[in-house]
Amino acid sequence: MAERLVIVGNGMAPGRMLEHLLDAAPDRYAVTIFNAEPRVNYDRIMLSPVLSGEKSFEEIVIHGDGWYAANGITLHKGHRIVAIDRDAKTVTSDRGVTAPYDRLVVATGSVPFVIPVPGRDLTGVVSYRDLDDVDAMLAAARSGKKAVVIGGGLLGLEAAAGLKQQGMDVTVLHVMPTLMERQLDPAAGYLLQRAIEARGIKVRTKANTKRIVGESRVESVELDDGTAIPATLVVMAVGIRPNVALAREAGLTVNRGIVTDERMVTSDPDILAVGECAEVGGMVYGLVAPLYQMAKVAADTLAGTGAARFVHAETPTKLKVTGIDLYSLGDFADGDDREEIVLRDASAGVYKRLVLKGDRIVGTVLFGETADGAWFADLQRKQADIAAMRDTLIFGQAYQGGASADPLAAVAALADDAEICGCNGVCKGRIVSTITAKGLTTLDGVRAHTKASASCGTCTGLVEKLMTLTIGDSYNPAAIQPMCTCTDLGHDEVRRLIKAKSLKTIPAVMQELEWKTSCGCSKCRPALNYYLVADWPNEYADDYQSRFVNERVHANIQRDGTYSVVPRMWGGMTNAKELRAIADVVDKFAIPAVKVTGGQRIDMLGVKKEDLPAVWADLGKAGFVSGHAYAKGLRTVKTCVGTDWCRFGTQDSTGLGIRIEKFMWGSWTPAKVKMGVSGCPRNCAEATCKDVGVICVDSGYEIHFAGAAGLDIKGTEVLGLLKTEDEALEVIVALTQMYREQARYLERIYKWAKRIGVAEIRRQVLDDRDRRKAYFDRFVFSQRFAQVDPWSERVSGKDKHEFRPMAALPFRQAAE
Amino acid sequence: MKWHDIGTIDDIPPRGARCVATPQGRIGVFRTVDDRIYAIEDHCPHRGGPLSEGIVHGTAVTCPLHNWVFSLETGLAQGADEGAVKTIPVRVIDRRIALGLDLALMAAE
Repeated sequence: MAERLVIVGNGMAPGRMLEHLLDAAPDRYAVTIFNAEPRVNYDRIMLSPVLSGEKSFEEIVIHGDGWYAANGITLHKGHRIVAIDRDAKTVTSDRGVTAPYDRLVVATGSVPFVIPVPGRDLTGVVSYRDLDDVDAMLAAARSGKKAVVIGGGLLGLEAAAGLKQQGMDVTVLHVMPTLMERQLDPAAGYLLQRAIEARGIKVRTKANTKRIVGESRVESVELDDGTAIPATLVVMAVGIRPNVALAREAGLTVNRGIVTDERMVTSDPDILAVGECAEVGGMVYGLVAPLYQMAKVAADTLAGTGAARFVHAETPTKLKVTGIDLYSLGDFADGDDREEIVLRDASAGVYKRLVLKGDRIVGTVLFGETADGAWFADLQRKQADIAAMRDTLIFGQAYQGGASADPLAAVAALADDAEICGCNGVCKGRIVSTITAKGLTTLDGVRAHTKASASCGTCTGLVEKLMTLTIGDSYNPAAIQPMCTCTDLGHDEVRRLIKAKSLKTIPAVMQELEWKTSCGCSKCRPALNYYLVADWPNEYADDYQSRFVNERVHANIQRDGTYSVVPRMWGGMTNAKELRAIADVVDKFAIPAVKVTGGQRIDMLGVKKEDLPAVWADLGKAGFVSGHAYAKGLRTVKTCVGTDWCRFGTQDSTGLGIRIEKFMWGSWTPAKVKMGVSGCPRNCAEATCKDVGVICVDSGYEIHFAGAAGLDIKGTEVLGLLKTEDEALEVIVALTQMYREQARYLERIYKWAKRIGVAEIRRQVLDDRDRRKAYFDRFVFSQRFAQVDPWSERVSGKDKHEFRPMAALPFRQAAE
Repeated sequence: MKWHDIGTIDDIPPRGARCVATPQGRIGVFRTVDDRIYAIEDHCPHRGGPLSEGIVHGTAVTCPLHNWVFSLETGLAQGADEGAVKTIPVRVIDRRIALGLDLALMAAE
């Protein structure tokens, strides 16, 4: 029978430990995990991008529920272990579950340190440790405007940058004279402060917090010198402490952390400790690389396979704030036996400092330009003799030993045991051999098989260069197609940066993302305009000069320069009054052709541009609004006659189609969106080749999506079955909003779905109720600004110039 | 050739265009982001697309029908496409725009 392995805590260290253990000894243990947080294992070091809005929680999950199920692991979410009974060999949770163990792993992590000032218990004072803290900060950012972050270390600065990006007015208080003084020397700390302040964040150093002021909620922070800084949110980010209370109560040997030997075994041979709670070789750790090393060693110990030992290694510090490059490693204190090499480029904001002892590097501080970090670290780790290249050492690898300035050559020159991914301790040789052995061609593949670049991601560029070196042209760097020749960035990167940097105009995007042209081109401008409309529905002013002519004049340009006009007929229904109005318009403006479209609407073809406003005015009087048949937006919802008339119909498909169309019309999307609702599986509305389709069945509404009947012909995928019309509508809207937020411009739903994966989309808009609701709410918010009939706007005079010549030079003028 | 007043810079949106009807066909008048004014015949040599309805970027315009790009300065098709549109002389004085046209010649034909 399998031995019983119980793990207390479900953070990154025990998660990684389990991966190794499942590889090494898949059947040896029956595993039970207790997690005080009510959720699965996620990448805690990526909380800052979640706070800043660059990533969603879903994107930082390491092991989803499926992983635990697939590996037969019992996970108790939201259970805090309150007692370890070492005699009975059991643990007991605060919700009354007791589990017996043969081996126990304590991975209780750390707790944020809260400075003992008056007011620390007020509502609005939070620490920065887990997703709940991030949620609390995001909620505060929505309701209040002023934040004070206490602590100018790594965590505090990341919190400050995230809150600033959420629109808050942020002040950082730091007790020392310069920021991140444990990792940076004063010069780099000063440059960092300047970079932080350049983002609009206020920084106060030598700031001693005296008390936090407020009745029940925080109102301000008072300093020793009497200054009061108003605040609706106070984030304490002054440090963490190993969480050892449980272990101490159980009688384990505890120092700063739970004392373990080099095999991660505590003073009780049946109990191991890993992660931030563990103390090994007299050290406790807070960066991920040593924690992952502990995980590997602990797995080895549990599997009984090897003799892995934990060995202390220096870990570089990097700040995860987009646009601020900072790297620090080792010991940079001055000393009699120390020499240093410093490079400053004030105008470029670059500062590099190497601390040498003899001819060996003992400390590295890089600010503004960190590409050589891995190389310096490698020299430092190996204690390489740098005497021969001392004069040019500070300029980096490209200047050494005849190597060219080609960045690929620099990576090629790295030794096989050079560490590429610091978080996961992966060296160059391992990556190269895995790529070759497994025939990997994608970055995701390399991440999956080696873990390199799978944590904080700062080594992604290095990994990509290794891929290019190893497999040559069959690796197209991240397969990133630039948006157009105006930029090297791909659509996804541009979308991410628009959010991350809060870019709200096209000129701002081009400036910040270093566009190569002065005002873009006909490829990027419409895409940027869409992204900005989609991301900032209430703030962005639509740029009509960046829209294709169809969307500028709200009709479809035809081959002869005339336009076609398609009024909206909700769900394809019409009546005598509407038909009469259309007939009158056709007569009055001598429209040469009238056609019924594939989406069950009526198309009037051959309308002169100058006539468009008058045509719309007449159609408007009959109650028509624009059908958006010209738009990258919601066009039609095709329907069958459903229960009203059909002897087979199971639901009111016409009614649902009308409801969807009335709810969603006017929304802009990355490419055109066509929908269909069929009242029974006979599918007369042909819903199974639409972007979104509904097949009504007896038990409810089967939602389909990702079909196509254009350049590609493709049947839909089934998203799921919903019981009620309300649910069906909510899912369809959420799906559309997810697509609006994620797809590349001109990418149809079926292509986007292929890229993202049907299962992932299903998870986000069907299974995850909260997320579905959030998507739905964002769509509804956006509709407040989008659901305006463009025809009536123009009938009343908007963009008049579009429809008339600027001047007409008459023939007689020529005769003068 | 004679100068014909057609209006002011402000009648054209920045990075936009208007058309002018003349006895010798439509002319597209373009305003760049830095307020330079160009005029070219409003007829793409490929399939006759109305260039004044295209997206204006830098000193070029993309035809709305099939995405050919023309230089507003030279009238030459850009990139791999071959072709040209006629450019029309433009004079701007106190923000008023005049086109240099030889309409008499046209009328005489």
